[in-house]
Amino acid sequence: MKLDSARIEQLRTTAATYLAWLKAWLAPVHLAQLRPMLKFQTGVLAGFALLASVLLGITNCTTQGTIQQRLEEDLQQSLEEVVPASWYDNVMQHDIVTLDSSDYNLGANETTVYLAKKAGKITAVCFKFTAPDGYSGAINMIMGLDRQGTLLGVRVLSHKETPGLGDKIEVAKSNWILSFVGRSLATMSASQWAVKKDGGDIDQFAGATITPRKAVQAIYRGLHLFKENQALLLKQ
Amino acid sequence: MLLTAPFRKIARDGLWNNNIVFGQNLALCPLLAVTGTATNGLGMGLATLLVITASNGLISVARHLIPSEIRIPIFVLLIAALVTLVDMLMNAWAHELYKVLGLFIALIVTNCALLGRAEAFASKQPVKEAVWDGFMMGLGFTLVLVALGAAREISSAGTLFANASVLLGERFRFLELTVITDYKGFLLMALPPGGFIMVAFLIVGKRLIDQKLTQRKAQRKDISIASQGETG
Repeated sequence: MKLDSARIEQLRTTAATYLAWLKAWLAPVHLAQLRPMLKFQTGVLAGFALLASVLLGITNCTTQGTIQQRLEEDLQQSLEEVVPASWYDNVMQHDIVTLDSSDYNLGANETTVYLAKKAGKITAVCFKFTAPDGYSGAINMIMGLDRQGTLLGVRVLSHKETPGLGDKIEVAKSNWILSFVGRSLATMSASQWAVKKDGGDIDQFAGATITPRKAVQAIYRGLHLFKENQALLLKQ
Repeated sequence: MLLTAPFRKIARDGLWNNNIVFGQNLALCPLLAVTGTATNGLGMGLATLLVITASNGLISVARHLIPSEIRIPIFVLLIAALVTLVDMLMNAWAHELYKVLGLFIALIVTNCALLGRAEAFASKQPVKEAVWDGFMMGLGFTLVLVALGAAREISSAGTLFANASVLLGERFRFLELTVITDYKGFLLMALPPGGFIMVAFLIVGKRLIDQKLTQRKAQRKDISIASQGETG
């Protein structure tokens, strides 16, 4: 179709007609007449629902990749925090083993274990785990262990605990989580693996009882997951 | 003053007279939940400020389209969609900030002040007024949250703006103060009941100031009437 000046003029008038019609339709006086009609009300509610879902859908699609990427960067950062840099020379995110963890109440039925290797030999392992029963939802954590099952580090990745109280499990807010370094199943009995309030050996912090208790219990279960699979993991 | 009288009134209402907490006694759920420290109060306040301004604007734009019979579901739909939108966008593009503020954003949905402003103001007023009202209400809410957070933080832990550098960046580390050194701590004030007690004190304080102001106004009137009597 050729766009000569007559054609452009025609398009412009058509557009102007539609615009004028839309303007008249959207005029407050006209809308005031429509508002009491059931047909209009149904349409408006459906329209807003459609608008909201389309908007959220588009945003979800456009941000999904970026959010995924940000989460992976966070994971990389967390892996580096729970295993000292001098312990490995591989890319841990690429050296993974998947374990069946359905009996350990760690949030997921399968746990991905990241292997830290130095000169081809496994020096440490780390894996993400979850305390599904935190004070207000799941607490997602990561831990690093050496070959003997001694904790090299624990970090909280995400949680919904009370700001100002339970969020002291974050390393940015308090150094409570650092106190796990060096602990293991070998050096502490089952009853010592609890917060002091429950007769154990681990400090709790002011204002929150459930959060540290559930975190400690999840770490304890995580250590057992490693112990049961130690031979399999270190064979690789 | 640059602002015209109606806009000045909206600002005064939002910040003092009809303040979300002091005037309307709304939004107490998020208020008590997060004001354990001044920094958390500031985070929640800023997130709310952003969403209430946007929701007021949006609802004002669509106000002629919304029939009064189904206004509540539409308001709820719009506010929930907006909060989710902000949540996703911040997670993707302002991830560092999201890691700190993320906890608060979902809480905004439970903030009845947003629905209150949509119902009482934005659905009846032009866009400019509605946005300004949202901004001022949000600002007034932020100030209360910071004041309450500061009062609770000082009385519970003896510090002020602890962890502000996590929220605002390293440049704001100077805000982190220890007000009372060697303080043993007073746990009650960090827990929700402490929030109730402190918010009651703040509301009483506001009422006392209001009373003083009205008395002074009345006195001034008396004096001016008296002096008029003398000259007349």
